[in-house]
Amino acid sequence: MPVWQHLYEELKDKGFMVVAVAEESRGADHARPWIEQAKSSYWQLIDVEHRLSDLYNLVNVPQAIWIDETGKIVRPPETAGSTDHFRRMDLKTRTMTPEDQEARRAARQAYLDAVRAWVTTGKYALNEGEVRERLPEVTPEIAEARARFRLGVWLRLHGNTVEGDRQMDEASALHPESWSMWRQAADLDEVGKASGPGFWQRVQALGEKPYYPPPKL
Amino acid sequence: MTTILTPTEEFNVTTMRHGLWMKAADAERVTGWTLKPEGMCRDELCVPLPLAAVSGSEVDVAAFWHKLGGPAIASRARDVWALGAPPDERNAALKDLEAPDFTLPDIDGVPRTLSQLRGKKVFMATWASW
Repeated sequence: MPVWQHLYEELKDKGFMVVAVAEESRGADHARPWIEQAKSSYWQLIDVEHRLSDLYNLVNVPQAIWIDETGKIVRPPETAGSTDHFRRMDLKTRTMTPEDQEARRAARQAYLDAVRAWVTTGKYALNEGEVRERLPEVTPEIAEARARFRLGVWLRLHGNTVEGDRQMDEASALHPESWSMWRQAADLDEVGKASGPGFWQRVQALGEKPYYPPPKL
Repeated sequence: MTTILTPTEEFNVTTMRHGLWMKAADAERVTGWTLKPEGMCRDELCVPLPLAAVSGSEVDVAAFWHKLGGPAIASRARDVWALGAPPDERNAALKDLEAPDFTLPDIDGVPRTLSQLRGKKVFMATWASW
């Protein structure tokens, strides 16, 4: 988030705005420490029910959507600067090789440079056909998963943990590509579980598939 | 009393019988669709209902929702229901390319609406503490 703040500071006088949406079923207080640390002046929104993921068919964080001055989507949901280098890190020391750290930094920089170029020159905005082609399809399974996730969050917040968990498990089974559903459910169960052994098993099970598909700039 | 969760709202409604039967006025409040002789109607569009889903001025909203193609999921005790957006509706809205509008609270609880930012280029990104 500090990098988004830098971007915002740099470009805000050019008709640019950053909207950060915290997919955070534990609520605002759980997101607050990060937000205060980032000292951000753009919008920091709290999305307890993952409403944005429902509306825009998102599967992970961070994912970004670019919207132009007329309110039109000019880049569909895509990974916002993160990379898969973390998958190769040493789990004991939680460190990456210098080469991977550098590659990760370069990829993030390339993405932020693309945002900068879009704001100043319009470059990297896709045409309508390209945006439509890249939009992921909402299937009946995904729609049901969203409803079960919504119900699960509500049940948990109203003290019905067992059934809330069951609904969220079913949501993940219906929409296994959604890391946000699985990790949010794990976090509600226990803070830290979203990046615990269960998470790493799921990441390993991806095999050759990306965790963060790189944006096709 | 039954709690009904739509993608953006929460309603408390008196329901009857099994399923999600309610007065037509409540069905309209929850779904935005009005019961008419032709079926459930919104603006110019009417969706015919199965005979078994209407009785006098009462309507089975779960049956109607399935007809729309949306998921209607009940809790085990059937006292809380989630009505999810029909996938066709979500896909059509995205393919239209107008960024789906929404209102969410900011960290201080102030409601913010995406369309308030018309006239600016918006970089909208998700994150999470987990």
